[in-house]
Amino acid sequence: MATARTEPAARRRQPPVDVPVVEFKDVTKVYGGGSVAVQAASMRIGRGEFVFLVGPTGCGKSTCIRLMMKELEPSRGAIAIAGRPLAEVPRSRVPHLRRNIGVVFQDYKLLPNRTVYDNVAYSLQVIGESRKEIRRKVPDILRLVGLSTKLHNFPDELSGGEQQRVSIARAFVNHPPLLLADEPTGNLDPETSIGIMQLIYRINRTGTTVVVATHDKEMVDKMRRRVIELREGRIVRDELSGLYRPDESTTEFAVRLRGELGVGDEGHPN
Amino acid sequence: MRWSFFLKEALRGLRRSSAPALAALLTILLTAVVLGVFIPIVQATTGTANEVRSRVVVDVYVKDSATQLEQAELRKAIEETGNVKSVEFISKGEALARAQEKNPKAFEAGAELLGSNPLPASFRVHPEDPDRLDEIVSRLNADGEPQLAAIDEVRDREEDTDKILSATGLVKALTAGLAVLLVLASIALIANTIRLSIFARRREVEVMKLVGATNWFIRWPFVIEGMIVGFLGGLLAVLLLAIVKTTFVDPLSDRFALLAAPDTIDFPLLVVLLMFACIAVSALGSGITLRRFLRV
Repeated sequence: MATARTEPAARRRQPPVDVPVVEFKDVTKVYGGGSVAVQAASMRIGRGEFVFLVGPTGCGKSTCIRLMMKELEPSRGAIAIAGRPLAEVPRSRVPHLRRNIGVVFQDYKLLPNRTVYDNVAYSLQVIGESRKEIRRKVPDILRLVGLSTKLHNFPDELSGGEQQRVSIARAFVNHPPLLLADEPTGNLDPETSIGIMQLIYRINRTGTTVVVATHDKEMVDKMRRRVIELREGRIVRDELSGLYRPDESTTEFAVRLRGELGVGDEGHPN
Repeated sequence: MRWSFFLKEALRGLRRSSAPALAALLTILLTAVVLGVFIPIVQATTGTANEVRSRVVVDVYVKDSATQLEQAELRKAIEETGNVKSVEFISKGEALARAQEKNPKAFEAGAELLGSNPLPASFRVHPEDPDRLDEIVSRLNADGEPQLAAIDEVRDREEDTDKILSATGLVKALTAGLAVLLVLASIALIANTIRLSIFARRREVEVMKLVGATNWFIRWPFVIEGMIVGFLGGLLAVLLLAIVKTTFVDPLSDRFALLAAPDTIDFPLLVVLLMFACIAVSALGSGITLRRFLRV
């Protein structure tokens, strides 16, 4: 509880502009089997930014997210969150690190045997918040995500979009400075996805840095935020207000389609 | 706030996953009953074995010619020898009285016929550890030579001693081996049941870690849950044992000496021991099994 208070204070003391919220320096992650998930990736994400991490399945998006929350350790290179090198965070402090990072997953990861209210309350109970504060904050955040009528429902009684809203409420209820979302709309229809993105955008507007890993092309193209594209573990593109894929004519697309299927004239056999 | 929260979480866990909890409870109940039956049996057996072993003695015969001073010296020497528990002096008169008691027929005509008392005085030495009887013998009677002037002969009734020692040693080793096996089997059984019940909830643990719960924050409800299950299992086992004891064992104990063996554990102590073991094993089992799921 004491740390929850001191850590933001420590951050406030740092110069606000220079220190990126997320910094990757030449990060490589090789899994046990020898498969390379991320290769020599370097990036800086500043305070208050909204960043899309895009690329096809298996390009290393999720690995990047998991590296940021120290669920995985990089094989090489260094990661710093708010100027603090993750390598220096001892195992016992990892929970405290995670309290300052909200995370949203494609599969929501709600606790199935708790109501909506209890799911959100849990992340406050974890940091030792008083009962009074919990009773004040949880209905507030659930109103924000538009679920104030479903407080006492269990996750399996909610639609996918509603479950994702609960998961966002849980991630944001103690106002972390960084929000990570791994395919937050991966399981949702386009209409619902827009609602979820709106919510995440609204959170971003409060000053929270947001990193969204996604392959939702439509969403990326419409939002026009910073895009970092990964391809086989490498960062191949990093542009402010980019598209999911740089502009491509129908002919170019046709060529690529044929090429990737291996049926075109110049088709490579992979 | 924290502890009431943990307790509430533990009760919630029990409610939501009552089937695995029930399995763990039954496992604990059964092993506790088996242990509760086995502990007194082991004790009665080893108690009897020990009682037999206590009959192993060394007799040190004193020369008739020995003076009072020499006798006192001898006694002191024996007492100072290692592995000696107690020394008992049997005077010539006493020895005769005992012989007479043992074999009245031989003395029918009266001891007077013998003219004088032929039996020597002796010290009967009870060893601390019957297995190391040799130490005493070799100290007082090195290489067949008495080490003190007052000693006539040192005798350890080798044959009897060896028989007693090997027979009781085997019994003790067997019961000890069985006890160890039983305890190991119990722990493995309980550990497996607990692992199953926690495995069913590993996703929950994973999510808790992702929202920043410390390991102990996650662990305490599980440990408390384990304690509750252990307590209930132990309580039922003790009740069962008490019923069996009062209805079957107590009426029979008059007829079977082993059941009434004085060395066996008191029932209240057994109850306390079993309850403590149940709670500790169950709580520790939960806490330790959880460890592998906490590595996220």
